[in-house]
Amino acid sequence: MRVLRLFLYQRELTPVIITIGLFLYFTIKAGSTFTGSLSLASAAGYAGPIGAIAVGSVLLLVIAEIDLSIGQVFLFSPWMMYWMHNDGLPLVLAIVVALLTCCFVGAVNGLITVRLNVPSFVTTLATNFILYGVVLVASHDAEGSPIPLSGQTGFVAQAMGSWKWAEILWVVAITIVLGVLLNRTRFGVRIIATGGNLIGAAEAGVPTRRVKVWCFVIASFLAGLIGIVDAVKYGSLDPGNFGVDYILYAIGACVIGGTALTGGRGTVLGAFIGAILIGLLEDGLTLTGVSTNQFFIYVGVVIIIAMALNVQFDRLIARSRGR
Amino acid sequence: MSTAAQPAEPTPPAANGEPVLEVRGVTKRFGALSVLRGIDLNLRQGEVLGLVGDNGAGKSTFVKILSGFHRPDGGEIVLGGQRVSFSSVENARTQGIETVYQDLALIPQLSVFQNLFLGHELTRLGPLRLLNKGEMRKLARQYLDDINVNVPSVDAEAAQLSGGQRQAIAVARAVRSASKILLLDEPLSAMGARESRLIIDLVKDLSSSGRVSIIVIDHNYAHLFELCDRLNIMNGGRITLDVQVHETSIEELTELMVSAYRRQLEEVQNAGA
Repeated sequence: MRVLRLFLYQRELTPVIITIGLFLYFTIKAGSTFTGSLSLASAAGYAGPIGAIAVGSVLLLVIAEIDLSIGQVFLFSPWMMYWMHNDGLPLVLAIVVALLTCCFVGAVNGLITVRLNVPSFVTTLATNFILYGVVLVASHDAEGSPIPLSGQTGFVAQAMGSWKWAEILWVVAITIVLGVLLNRTRFGVRIIATGGNLIGAAEAGVPTRRVKVWCFVIASFLAGLIGIVDAVKYGSLDPGNFGVDYILYAIGACVIGGTALTGGRGTVLGAFIGAILIGLLEDGLTLTGVSTNQFFIYVGVVIIIAMALNVQFDRLIARSRGR
Repeated sequence: MSTAAQPAEPTPPAANGEPVLEVRGVTKRFGALSVLRGIDLNLRQGEVLGLVGDNGAGKSTFVKILSGFHRPDGGEIVLGGQRVSFSSVENARTQGIETVYQDLALIPQLSVFQNLFLGHELTRLGPLRLLNKGEMRKLARQYLDDINVNVPSVDAEAAQLSGGQRQAIAVARAVRSASKILLLDEPLSAMGARESRLIIDLVKDLSSSGRVSIIVIDHNYAHLFELCDRLNIMNGGRITLDVQVHETSIEELTELMVSAYRRQLEEVQNAGA
Protein backbone atom coordinates (compact mmCIF):
# COMPACT_ATOMS: atom_id res chain seq x y z
CA MET A 1 0.00 0.00 0.00
CA ARG A 2 2.80 2.35 0.97
CA VAL A 3 4.65 1.54 -2.25
CA LEU A 4 1.51 2.12 -4.28
CA ARG A 5 1.04 5.53 -2.63
CA LEU A 6 4.60 6.46 -3.47
CA PHE A 7 4.02 5.69 -7.15
CA LEU A 8 0.64 7.45 -7.08
CA TYR A 9 2.00 10.73 -5.82
CA GLN A 10 5.50 10.63 -7.32
CA ARG A 11 4.45 10.22 -10.92
CA GLU A 12 7.99 10.74 -12.14
CA LEU A 13 9.11 7.57 -10.38
CA THR A 14 7.80 5.16 -13.03
CA PRO A 15 9.51 6.86 -16.01
CA VAL A 16 12.69 7.30 -13.98
CA ILE A 17 12.83 3.56 -13.35
CA ILE A 18 12.13 2.81 -17.01
CA THR A 19 14.78 5.32 -18.10
CA ILE A 20 17.38 3.79 -15.78
CA GLY A 21 16.38 0.35 -17.04
CA LEU A 22 16.80 1.46 -20.65
CA PHE A 23 20.16 2.98 -19.85
CA LEU A 24 21.39 -0.23 -18.24
CA TYR A 25 20.01 -2.34 -21.09
CA PHE A 26 21.77 -0.32 -23.78
CA THR A 27 24.97 -0.15 -21.71
CA ILE A 28 25.03 -3.95 -21.47
CA LYS A 29 24.09 -4.33 -25.12
CA ALA A 30 26.39 -1.71 -26.67
CA GLY A 31 28.91 -1.02 -23.90
CA SER A 32 31.16 2.00 -24.20
CA THR A 33 29.79 2.86 -27.63
CA PHE A 34 26.59 3.78 -25.84
CA THR A 35 28.08 5.38 -22.74
CA GLY A 36 30.63 7.38 -24.75
CA SER A 37 30.20 11.14 -24.82
CA LEU A 38 29.45 11.10 -28.55
CA SER A 39 26.52 8.78 -28.10
CA LEU A 40 25.17 10.50 -25.00
CA ALA A 41 25.47 13.89 -26.67
CA SER A 42 23.44 12.53 -29.53
CA ALA A 43 20.78 11.26 -27.08
CA ALA A 44 20.77 14.71 -25.48
CA GLY A 45 20.41 16.17 -28.96
CA TYR A 46 17.19 14.21 -29.47
CA ALA A 47 15.94 14.96 -25.96
CA GLY A 48 16.69 18.70 -25.84
CA PRO A 49 14.09 20.15 -28.23
CA ILE A 50 11.49 17.59 -27.19
CA GLY A 51 12.15 18.38 -23.52
CA ALA A 52 11.88 22.15 -23.91
CA ILE A 53 8.64 21.87 -25.85
CA ALA A 54 7.33 19.23 -23.44
CA VAL A 55 7.88 21.17 -20.21
CA GLY A 56 6.08 24.16 -21.72
CA SER A 57 3.29 21.86 -22.86
CA VAL A 58 2.80 20.62 -19.30
CA LEU A 59 1.57 24.08 -18.27
CA LEU A 60 -0.96 23.96 -21.10
CA LEU A 61 -2.03 20.39 -20.36
CA VAL A 62 -2.57 21.35 -16.70
CA ILE A 63 -4.99 24.12 -17.75
CA ALA A 64 -6.63 21.54 -20.07
CA GLU A 65 -5.40 23.23 -23.24
CA ILE A 66 -2.88 22.24 -25.87
CA ASP A 67 -0.59 24.16 -28.20
CA LEU A 68 0.21 22.32 -31.42
CA SER A 69 2.07 25.32 -32.81
CA ILE A 70 4.99 25.47 -30.39
CA GLY A 71 6.89 22.86 -32.38
CA GLN A 72 6.67 25.25 -35.31
CA VAL A 73 7.51 28.19 -33.02
CA PHE A 74 10.67 26.27 -32.11
CA LEU A 75 11.58 26.22 -35.83
CA PHE A 76 10.30 29.72 -36.61
CA SER A 77 12.15 31.57 -33.85
CA PRO A 78 15.69 31.08 -35.23
CA TRP A 79 14.46 32.06 -38.71
CA MET A 80 13.18 35.30 -37.23
CA MET A 81 16.54 35.91 -35.56
CA TYR A 82 18.33 35.05 -38.83
CA TRP A 83 16.22 37.42 -40.93
CA MET A 84 16.47 40.29 -38.44
CA HIS A 85 20.22 39.87 -38.13
CA ASN A 86 20.65 39.73 -41.92
CA ASP A 87 18.60 42.91 -42.17
CA GLY A 88 21.26 44.62 -40.08
CA LEU A 89 19.87 44.34 -36.56
CA PRO A 90 22.55 43.68 -33.90
CA LEU A 91 22.44 40.04 -32.84
CA VAL A 92 21.19 40.73 -29.32
CA LEU A 93 18.31 42.79 -30.70
CA ALA A 94 17.59 40.16 -33.36
CA ILE A 95 17.28 37.54 -30.61
CA VAL A 96 15.06 39.80 -28.52
CA VAL A 97 12.80 40.51 -31.50
CA ALA A 98 12.60 36.80 -32.31
CA LEU A 99 11.63 35.92 -28.74
CA LEU A 100 9.11 38.75 -28.53
CA THR A 101 7.56 37.45 -31.74
CA CYS A 102 7.27 34.02 -30.12
CA CYS A 103 5.55 35.58 -27.09
CA PHE A 104 3.23 37.41 -29.46
CA VAL A 105 2.31 34.15 -31.21
CA GLY A 106 1.58 32.60 -27.81
CA ALA A 107 -0.53 35.58 -26.77
CA VAL A 108 -2.52 35.42 -30.01
CA ASN A 109 -3.10 31.68 -29.54
CA GLY A 110 -4.22 32.30 -25.96
CA LEU A 111 -6.46 35.26 -26.73
CA ILE A 112 -8.20 33.52 -29.63
CA THR A 113 -8.76 30.52 -27.37
CA VAL A 114 -10.18 32.37 -24.34
CA ARG A 115 -11.88 35.30 -26.07
CA LEU A 116 -13.39 33.64 -29.13
CA ASN A 117 -13.85 30.28 -27.40
CA VAL A 118 -12.11 28.42 -30.19
CA PRO A 119 -10.70 25.13 -28.87
CA SER A 120 -6.95 25.57 -28.50
CA PHE A 121 -6.38 22.40 -30.52
CA VAL A 122 -7.87 24.18 -33.54
CA THR A 123 -6.43 27.64 -32.85
CA THR A 124 -2.92 26.31 -32.61
CA LEU A 125 -3.31 23.87 -35.49
CA ALA A 126 -4.04 26.94 -37.60
CA THR A 127 -1.11 28.99 -36.25
CA ASN A 128 1.12 26.00 -36.85
CA PHE A 129 0.26 26.03 -40.58
CA ILE A 130 0.55 29.80 -40.79
CA LEU A 131 4.03 29.84 -39.24
CA TYR A 132 5.13 26.99 -41.50
CA GLY A 133 3.89 28.91 -44.52
CA VAL A 134 5.59 32.12 -43.40
CA VAL A 135 8.93 30.31 -43.13
CA LEU A 136 8.53 28.70 -46.59
CA VAL A 137 7.51 31.97 -48.25
CA ALA A 138 10.03 34.25 -46.54
CA SER A 139 12.96 31.84 -46.97
CA HIS A 140 12.16 31.28 -50.66
CA ASP A 141 12.63 27.63 -49.83
CA ALA A 142 16.36 28.17 -49.36
CA GLU A 143 18.43 26.94 -46.42
CA GLY A 144 19.30 29.51 -43.76
CA SER A 145 23.05 29.64 -43.11
CA PRO A 146 25.37 30.58 -41.56
CA ILE A 147 23.75 31.02 -38.17
CA PRO A 148 25.44 33.70 -36.05
CA LEU A 149 27.46 32.36 -33.08
CA SER A 150 27.37 28.87 -34.49
CA GLY A 151 30.66 26.99 -34.24
CA GLN A 152 32.37 29.84 -32.39
CA THR A 153 34.41 29.32 -29.24
CA GLY A 154 33.62 32.42 -27.16
CA PHE A 155 31.73 31.93 -23.90
CA VAL A 156 28.51 33.46 -25.20
CA ALA A 157 28.60 31.36 -28.36
CA GLN A 158 29.31 28.22 -26.35
CA ALA A 159 26.52 29.00 -23.90
CA MET A 160 24.07 29.81 -26.69
CA GLY A 161 24.45 26.36 -28.19
CA SER A 162 27.87 25.86 -29.78
CA TRP A 163 28.96 23.62 -26.90
CA LYS A 164 27.34 20.23 -27.37
CA TRP A 165 25.92 20.12 -23.82
CA ALA A 166 24.62 23.70 -23.81
CA GLU A 167 21.18 22.90 -25.14
CA ILE A 168 20.37 20.14 -22.67
CA LEU A 169 21.63 22.32 -19.82
CA TRP A 170 19.25 25.07 -20.97
CA VAL A 171 16.46 22.56 -20.88
CA VAL A 172 17.48 21.41 -17.38
CA ALA A 173 17.41 25.04 -16.25
CA ILE A 174 14.00 25.61 -17.84
CA THR A 175 12.69 22.46 -16.18
CA ILE A 176 13.83 23.67 -12.76
CA VAL A 177 12.34 27.14 -13.27
CA LEU A 178 9.01 25.78 -14.51
CA GLY A 179 8.93 23.18 -11.74
CA VAL A 180 9.31 25.94 -9.15
CA LEU A 181 6.76 28.07 -10.99
CA LEU A 182 4.14 25.33 -11.03
CA ASN A 183 4.64 23.95 -7.53
CA ARG A 184 5.95 26.80 -5.45
CA THR A 185 4.42 30.06 -6.67
CA ARG A 186 1.05 31.74 -6.52
CA PHE A 187 0.89 31.63 -10.30
CA GLY A 188 1.36 27.84 -10.15
CA VAL A 189 -1.55 27.47 -7.76
CA ARG A 190 -3.63 29.54 -10.16
CA ILE A 191 -2.64 27.31 -13.08
CA ILE A 192 -3.67 24.15 -11.22
CA ALA A 193 -6.88 25.81 -9.99
CA THR A 194 -7.78 26.95 -13.51
CA GLY A 195 -7.28 23.46 -14.90
CA GLY A 196 -8.77 21.60 -11.96
CA ASN A 197 -12.04 23.50 -11.65
CA LEU A 198 -12.43 26.39 -14.08
CA ILE A 199 -15.64 27.80 -12.61
CA GLY A 200 -14.59 27.19 -9.04
CA ALA A 201 -11.30 28.96 -9.66
CA ALA A 202 -13.05 31.94 -11.26
CA GLU A 203 -15.47 32.13 -8.35
CA ALA A 204 -12.55 32.11 -5.94
CA GLY A 205 -11.14 35.13 -7.75
CA VAL A 206 -8.54 33.47 -9.98
CA PRO A 207 -8.29 35.45 -13.26
CA THR A 208 -8.55 32.24 -15.28
CA ARG A 209 -8.40 33.83 -18.73
CA ARG A 210 -5.29 35.80 -17.92
CA VAL A 211 -3.70 32.66 -16.45
CA LYS A 212 -4.44 30.74 -19.64
CA VAL A 213 -3.03 33.40 -21.94
CA TRP A 214 0.16 33.56 -19.87
CA CYS A 215 0.59 29.80 -20.13
CA PHE A 216 0.43 30.04 -23.92
CA VAL A 217 2.96 32.89 -23.86
CA ILE A 218 5.38 31.02 -21.60
CA ALA A 219 5.22 27.79 -23.63
CA SER A 220 5.75 29.69 -26.87
CA PHE A 221 8.62 31.73 -25.44
CA LEU A 222 10.44 28.64 -24.17
CA ALA A 223 10.05 26.82 -27.48
CA GLY A 224 11.44 29.89 -29.26
CA LEU A 225 14.36 30.18 -26.86
CA ILE A 226 15.48 26.59 -27.30
CA GLY A 227 14.81 26.96 -31.05
CA ILE A 228 17.56 29.57 -31.20
CA VAL A 229 19.95 27.47 -29.08
CA ASP A 230 19.23 24.47 -31.31
CA ALA A 231 19.90 26.48 -34.48
CA VAL A 232 23.21 27.76 -33.10
CA LYS A 233 24.06 24.15 -32.26
CA TYR A 234 23.41 22.80 -35.78
CA GLY A 235 24.45 25.86 -37.73
CA SER A 236 21.80 25.90 -40.42
CA LEU A 237 18.04 26.15 -40.87
CA ASP A 238 15.95 23.89 -43.08
CA PRO A 239 12.70 25.55 -44.18
CA GLY A 240 11.12 22.17 -44.88
CA ASN A 241 11.19 21.03 -41.22
CA PHE A 242 7.66 20.59 -39.91
CA GLY A 243 6.99 21.52 -36.31
CA VAL A 244 4.20 19.04 -35.67
CA ASP A 245 6.83 16.28 -35.39
CA TYR A 246 8.31 18.03 -32.37
CA ILE A 247 5.05 18.78 -30.59
CA LEU A 248 3.85 15.22 -31.00
CA TYR A 249 7.02 13.83 -29.44
CA ALA A 250 6.73 16.46 -26.72
CA ILE A 251 3.18 15.48 -25.82
CA GLY A 252 4.35 11.87 -25.82
CA ALA A 253 7.06 12.90 -23.35
CA CYS A 254 4.48 14.63 -21.12
CA VAL A 255 2.33 11.52 -21.08
CA ILE A 256 5.27 9.20 -20.42
CA GLY A 257 6.28 11.53 -17.60
CA GLY A 258 2.95 11.16 -15.84
CA THR A 259 0.76 13.99 -17.09
CA ALA A 260 -2.73 12.90 -18.08
CA LEU A 261 -4.49 15.20 -20.51
CA THR A 262 -7.39 15.72 -18.12
CA GLY A 263 -6.37 19.05 -16.64
CA GLY A 264 -5.46 20.06 -13.12
CA ARG A 265 -2.52 17.71 -12.85
CA GLY A 266 0.88 17.60 -14.46
CA THR A 267 4.55 17.18 -13.77
CA VAL A 268 7.25 19.31 -15.37
CA LEU A 269 10.03 17.05 -14.14
CA GLY A 270 8.16 14.04 -15.57
CA ALA A 271 7.97 15.68 -18.99
CA PHE A 272 11.71 16.26 -18.94
CA ILE A 273 12.33 12.63 -17.96
CA GLY A 274 9.94 11.53 -20.69
CA ALA A 275 12.03 13.47 -23.22
CA ILE A 276 15.24 11.86 -21.91
CA LEU A 277 13.59 8.46 -22.22
CA ILE A 278 12.66 9.11 -25.84
CA GLY A 279 16.18 10.41 -26.54
CA LEU A 280 17.86 7.36 -25.01
CA LEU A 281 15.52 5.04 -26.88
CA GLU A 282 16.26 6.61 -30.23
CA ASP A 283 20.01 6.75 -29.62
CA GLY A 284 20.20 3.29 -28.07
CA LEU A 285 18.22 1.57 -30.80
CA THR A 286 20.40 3.19 -33.44
CA LEU A 287 23.59 2.06 -31.71
CA THR A 288 22.46 -1.48 -31.02
CA GLY A 289 21.86 -1.87 -34.72
CA VAL A 290 18.12 -2.24 -34.41
CA SER A 291 16.40 -0.62 -37.35
CA THR A 292 15.44 2.91 -36.33
CA ASN A 293 12.07 2.23 -37.86
CA GLN A 294 11.28 0.06 -34.85
CA PHE A 295 11.81 3.14 -32.66
CA PHE A 296 8.34 4.41 -33.51
CA ILE A 297 6.72 1.16 -32.47
CA TYR A 298 8.47 1.28 -29.09
CA VAL A 299 7.53 4.94 -28.55
CA GLY A 300 3.91 4.18 -29.34
CA VAL A 301 3.77 1.25 -26.95
CA VAL A 302 5.43 3.23 -24.14
CA ILE A 303 2.97 6.11 -24.60
CA ILE A 304 -0.08 3.88 -24.45
CA ILE A 305 1.10 2.06 -21.34
CA ALA A 306 2.05 5.33 -19.66
CA MET A 307 -1.33 6.93 -20.42
CA ALA A 308 -3.26 3.91 -19.15
CA LEU A 309 -1.25 4.11 -15.91
CA ASN A 310 -1.86 7.87 -15.59
CA VAL A 311 -5.59 7.52 -15.92
CA GLN A 312 -5.76 4.62 -13.48
CA PHE A 313 -3.56 6.48 -10.99
CA ASP A 314 -5.83 9.53 -11.14
CA ARG A 315 -8.84 7.33 -10.45
CA LEU A 316 -7.10 5.70 -7.52
CA ILE A 317 -6.29 9.10 -6.03
CA ALA A 318 -9.89 10.22 -6.33
CA ARG A 319 -11.06 6.99 -4.68
CA SER A 320 -8.61 6.84 -1.81
CA ARG A 321 -10.68 9.04 0.45
CA GLY A 322 -9.21 9.94 3.78
CA ARG A 323 -6.29 7.86 4.81
CA MET B 1 -37.67 50.07 -1.47
CA SER B 2 -39.40 46.85 -0.57
CA THR B 3 -43.14 46.93 -0.86
CA ALA B 4 -43.45 44.69 2.19
CA ALA B 5 -44.04 46.35 5.56
CA GLN B 6 -40.97 46.96 7.66
CA PRO B 7 -41.37 45.54 11.17
CA ALA B 8 -41.89 48.07 13.98
CA GLU B 9 -40.50 45.79 16.71
CA PRO B 10 -36.93 46.27 17.94
CA THR B 11 -34.51 44.24 15.91
CA PRO B 12 -32.62 41.39 17.55
CA PRO B 13 -29.40 42.40 19.26
CA ALA B 14 -27.20 40.85 16.60
CA ALA B 15 -28.76 42.99 13.91
CA ASN B 16 -29.16 46.42 15.39
CA GLY B 17 -26.59 48.18 13.26
CA GLU B 18 -26.72 50.55 10.34
CA PRO B 19 -27.75 49.18 6.97
CA VAL B 20 -24.54 47.78 5.48
CA LEU B 21 -26.09 46.88 2.14
CA GLU B 22 -28.97 48.42 0.22
CA VAL B 23 -30.08 47.03 -3.10
CA ARG B 24 -32.47 49.10 -5.19
CA GLY B 25 -34.27 47.95 -8.29
CA VAL B 26 -31.62 45.52 -9.50
CA THR B 27 -32.57 43.82 -12.78
CA LYS B 28 -30.91 41.12 -14.85
CA ARG B 29 -31.82 39.49 -18.14
CA PHE B 30 -30.26 36.51 -19.87
CA GLY B 31 -31.25 36.99 -23.48
CA ALA B 32 -35.03 37.01 -23.61
CA LEU B 33 -35.32 35.69 -20.07
CA SER B 34 -35.88 38.34 -17.40
CA VAL B 35 -34.48 36.69 -14.27
CA LEU B 36 -34.44 39.65 -11.86
CA ARG B 37 -37.21 42.22 -12.22
CA GLY B 38 -36.29 44.86 -9.68
CA ILE B 39 -34.81 43.52 -6.47
CA ASP B 40 -35.11 45.76 -3.38
CA LEU B 41 -33.35 44.49 -0.31
CA ASN B 42 -31.48 45.78 2.70
CA LEU B 43 -29.11 44.16 5.13
CA ARG B 44 -28.05 45.55 8.50
CA GLN B 45 -24.72 45.23 10.22
CA GLY B 46 -24.36 41.79 11.81
CA GLU B 47 -27.66 40.54 10.45
CA VAL B 48 -28.30 37.10 8.96
CA LEU B 49 -30.81 37.34 6.14
CA GLY B 50 -32.33 34.27 4.53
CA LEU B 51 -33.45 34.27 0.91
CA VAL B 52 -36.29 31.87 0.21
CA GLY B 53 -37.93 31.06 -3.08
CA ASP B 54 -38.68 28.41 -5.65
CA ASN B 55 -36.15 27.18 -8.13
CA GLY B 56 -35.87 29.81 -10.82
CA ALA B 57 -36.94 32.64 -8.54
CA GLY B 58 -33.58 34.25 -9.23
CA LYS B 59 -31.89 33.71 -5.88
CA SER B 60 -28.64 32.38 -7.27
CA THR B 61 -28.49 35.01 -10.00
CA PHE B 62 -28.97 37.72 -7.41
CA VAL B 63 -26.25 36.29 -5.18
CA LYS B 64 -23.91 36.07 -8.17
CA ILE B 65 -24.51 39.77 -8.86
CA LEU B 66 -23.59 40.65 -5.27
CA SER B 67 -20.49 38.51 -5.51
CA GLY B 68 -19.32 40.22 -8.70
CA PHE B 69 -19.79 37.18 -10.94
CA HIS B 70 -22.65 38.69 -12.98
CA ARG B 71 -23.14 42.35 -13.87
CA PRO B 72 -26.65 43.77 -13.19
CA ASP B 73 -28.52 45.36 -16.11
CA GLY B 74 -30.14 48.02 -13.94
CA GLY B 75 -30.59 49.27 -10.40
CA GLU B 76 -28.03 50.13 -7.79
CA ILE B 77 -26.08 48.55 -4.97
CA VAL B 78 -25.12 50.66 -1.97
CA LEU B 79 -22.46 49.15 0.25
CA GLY B 80 -21.59 50.94 3.51
CA GLY B 81 -23.31 54.11 2.31
CA GLN B 82 -21.55 54.23 -1.03
CA ARG B 83 -22.84 53.24 -4.42
CA VAL B 84 -20.67 50.44 -5.75
CA SER B 85 -20.29 48.21 -8.77
CA PHE B 86 -18.21 45.08 -8.96
CA SER B 87 -16.07 44.50 -12.02
CA SER B 88 -15.14 40.96 -10.97
CA VAL B 89 -15.28 38.47 -8.14
CA GLU B 90 -11.84 39.63 -7.09
CA ASN B 91 -13.08 43.20 -7.06
CA ALA B 92 -16.17 42.39 -4.96
CA ARG B 93 -13.93 40.51 -2.59
CA THR B 94 -11.58 43.44 -2.10
CA GLN B 95 -14.69 45.47 -1.24
CA GLY B 96 -15.44 42.95 1.51
CA ILE B 97 -17.89 40.46 -0.04
CA GLU B 98 -17.13 36.72 0.08
CA THR B 99 -19.24 33.95 -1.43
CA VAL B 100 -19.73 30.23 -1.01
CA TYR B 101 -21.42 28.76 -4.06
CA GLN B 102 -23.66 25.74 -4.24
CA ASP B 103 -21.44 24.11 -6.87
CA LEU B 104 -18.49 23.19 -4.72
CA ALA B 105 -15.81 25.73 -5.38
CA LEU B 106 -12.82 23.69 -4.26
CA ILE B 107 -10.08 22.60 -6.62
CA PRO B 108 -9.90 18.78 -6.36
CA GLN B 109 -6.18 18.66 -7.20
CA LEU B 110 -5.11 21.21 -4.62
CA SER B 111 -4.46 20.40 -0.99
CA VAL B 112 -6.72 21.48 1.85
CA PHE B 113 -4.48 24.34 2.89
CA GLN B 114 -4.03 25.54 -0.70
CA ASN B 115 -7.79 25.56 -1.17
CA LEU B 116 -8.21 27.39 2.11
CA PHE B 117 -5.83 30.10 0.93
CA LEU B 118 -6.92 30.14 -2.74
CA GLY B 119 -7.07 33.76 -3.83
CA HIS B 120 -5.36 34.84 -0.59
CA GLU B 121 -2.08 32.96 -0.80
CA LEU B 122 0.69 33.95 1.57
CA THR B 123 3.77 34.61 -0.50
CA ARG B 124 7.32 35.68 0.07
CA LEU B 125 10.19 37.20 -1.91
CA GLY B 126 7.96 40.01 -3.21
CA PRO B 127 7.39 39.92 -6.96
CA LEU B 128 8.42 36.26 -7.25
CA ARG B 129 5.39 35.38 -5.13
CA LEU B 130 6.86 32.17 -3.86
CA LEU B 131 4.30 30.36 -1.73
CA ASN B 132 4.91 30.41 1.98
CA LYS B 133 3.70 26.84 2.36
CA GLY B 134 4.97 26.33 5.91
CA GLU B 135 3.10 29.33 7.25
CA MET B 136 -0.07 28.50 5.29
CA ARG B 137 0.00 24.91 6.58
CA LYS B 138 0.42 26.07 10.16
CA LEU B 139 -2.33 28.69 9.97
CA ALA B 140 -4.67 26.30 8.18
CA ARG B 141 -4.18 23.63 10.84
CA GLN B 142 -4.73 26.15 13.62
CA TYR B 143 -7.79 27.65 12.01
CA LEU B 144 -9.49 24.35 11.17
CA ASP B 145 -8.81 23.26 14.73
CA ASP B 146 -10.39 26.44 16.09
CA ILE B 147 -13.58 25.90 14.15
CA ASN B 148 -13.64 22.12 14.73
CA VAL B 149 -13.37 21.06 11.10
CA ASN B 150 -11.79 17.64 10.85
CA VAL B 151 -9.76 16.69 7.80
CA PRO B 152 -7.28 13.82 7.47
CA SER B 153 -4.47 16.32 6.90
CA VAL B 154 -4.11 19.85 5.56
CA ASP B 155 -1.93 18.28 2.87
CA ALA B 156 -4.69 15.92 1.67
CA GLU B 157 -6.02 16.74 -1.77
CA ALA B 158 -9.58 18.07 -1.83
CA ALA B 159 -10.46 15.15 -4.13
CA GLN B 160 -9.92 12.83 -1.18
CA LEU B 161 -12.40 14.60 1.12
CA SER B 162 -16.08 13.81 1.58
CA GLY B 163 -18.66 16.24 0.15
CA GLY B 164 -19.33 17.61 3.61
CA GLN B 165 -15.67 18.09 4.40
CA ARG B 166 -15.21 19.92 1.13
CA GLN B 167 -18.12 22.24 1.83
CA ALA B 168 -16.81 22.88 5.33
CA ILE B 169 -13.49 23.96 3.81
CA ALA B 170 -15.29 26.18 1.29
CA VAL B 171 -17.34 27.86 4.01
CA ALA B 172 -14.32 28.13 6.28
CA ARG B 173 -12.42 29.84 3.49
CA ALA B 174 -15.12 32.45 2.97
CA VAL B 175 -15.77 32.97 6.68
CA ARG B 176 -12.09 33.53 7.21
CA SER B 177 -11.74 36.31 4.69
CA ALA B 178 -15.13 38.04 4.58
CA SER B 179 -14.83 41.55 5.97
CA LYS B 180 -18.31 42.98 5.30
CA ILE B 181 -20.71 40.49 3.78
CA LEU B 182 -20.75 36.70 3.48
CA LEU B 183 -22.97 35.13 0.82
CA LEU B 184 -23.91 31.49 1.31
CA ASP B 185 -25.65 29.80 -1.63
CA GLU B 186 -27.11 26.55 -0.25
CA PRO B 187 -24.18 25.96 2.08
CA LEU B 188 -25.70 22.79 3.53
CA SER B 189 -26.71 21.04 0.34
CA ALA B 190 -24.20 18.17 0.18
CA MET B 191 -24.03 17.66 3.92
CA GLY B 192 -24.92 15.08 6.52
CA ALA B 193 -26.56 16.04 9.80
CA ARG B 194 -23.30 16.28 11.73
CA GLU B 195 -21.65 18.35 9.07
CA SER B 196 -24.69 20.65 8.75
CA ARG B 197 -24.46 21.22 12.51
CA LEU B 198 -20.84 22.21 12.08
CA ILE B 199 -21.54 24.76 9.37
CA ILE B 200 -24.54 26.21 11.22
CA ASP B 201 -22.40 26.71 14.33
CA LEU B 202 -19.68 28.26 12.21
CA VAL B 203 -22.08 30.78 10.69
CA LYS B 204 -23.76 31.56 14.01
CA ASP B 205 -20.42 32.20 15.67
CA LEU B 206 -19.53 34.58 12.92
CA SER B 207 -22.83 36.43 13.04
CA SER B 208 -22.81 36.78 16.82
CA SER B 209 -19.44 38.44 16.57
CA GLY B 210 -21.28 41.16 14.61
CA ARG B 211 -18.26 41.50 12.32
CA VAL B 212 -20.01 40.59 9.10
CA SER B 213 -23.52 40.45 7.72
CA ILE B 214 -24.68 37.28 6.05
CA ILE B 215 -27.12 36.37 3.28
CA VAL B 216 -28.08 32.69 3.13
CA ILE B 217 -29.97 30.83 0.43
CA ASP B 218 -31.42 27.53 1.58
CA HIS B 219 -34.46 25.39 0.88
CA ASN B 220 -34.58 23.94 4.35
CA TYR B 221 -36.83 26.10 6.56
CA ALA B 222 -35.58 24.50 9.76
CA HIS B 223 -32.04 25.56 8.88
CA LEU B 224 -33.14 29.04 7.91
CA PHE B 225 -35.14 29.55 11.10
CA GLU B 226 -32.16 28.53 13.14
CA LEU B 227 -29.66 30.65 11.23
CA CYS B 228 -31.48 33.81 10.26
CA ASP B 229 -32.73 37.01 11.87
CA ARG B 230 -34.91 37.91 8.93
CA LEU B 231 -36.27 36.25 5.80
CA ASN B 232 -36.94 37.65 2.35
CA ILE B 233 -39.12 35.65 0.01
CA MET B 234 -38.30 35.82 -3.68
CA ASN B 235 -40.77 35.16 -6.39
CA GLY B 236 -40.49 35.68 -10.12
CA GLY B 237 -37.42 37.89 -9.82
CA ARG B 238 -38.71 40.14 -7.04
CA ILE B 239 -38.69 40.19 -3.24
CA THR B 240 -42.34 39.65 -2.35
CA LEU B 241 -42.13 39.40 1.42
CA ASP B 242 -39.83 40.71 4.14
CA VAL B 243 -40.36 39.22 7.60
CA GLN B 244 -38.54 38.89 10.93
CA VAL B 245 -37.95 35.26 11.88
CA HIS B 246 -39.22 35.78 15.46
CA GLU B 247 -42.52 37.11 14.08
CA THR B 248 -43.32 34.12 11.96
CA SER B 249 -43.25 30.35 11.97
CA ILE B 250 -42.44 27.61 9.50
CA GLU B 251 -46.17 26.95 9.05
CA GLU B 252 -46.95 30.59 8.38
CA LEU B 253 -44.06 30.92 6.00
CA THR B 254 -45.15 27.88 4.04
CA GLU B 255 -48.63 29.37 3.71
CA LEU B 256 -47.20 32.71 2.61
CA MET B 257 -45.08 30.97 0.01
CA VAL B 258 -48.05 29.14 -1.38
CA SER B 259 -50.23 32.26 -1.55
CA ALA B 260 -47.43 34.26 -3.14
CA TYR B 261 -47.07 31.49 -5.70
CA ARG B 262 -50.84 31.60 -6.40
CA ARG B 263 -50.73 35.36 -6.85
CA GLN B 264 -47.92 35.03 -9.29
CA LEU B 265 -49.78 32.32 -11.16
CA GLU B 266 -52.83 34.58 -11.45
CA GLU B 267 -50.66 37.41 -12.69
CA VAL B 268 -49.27 35.19 -15.40
CA GLN B 269 -52.76 34.00 -16.32
CA ASN B 270 -54.09 37.57 -16.40
CA ALA B 271 -51.18 38.67 -18.52
CA GLY B 272 -51.91 35.79 -20.87
CA ALA B 273 -55.62 36.63 -21.13
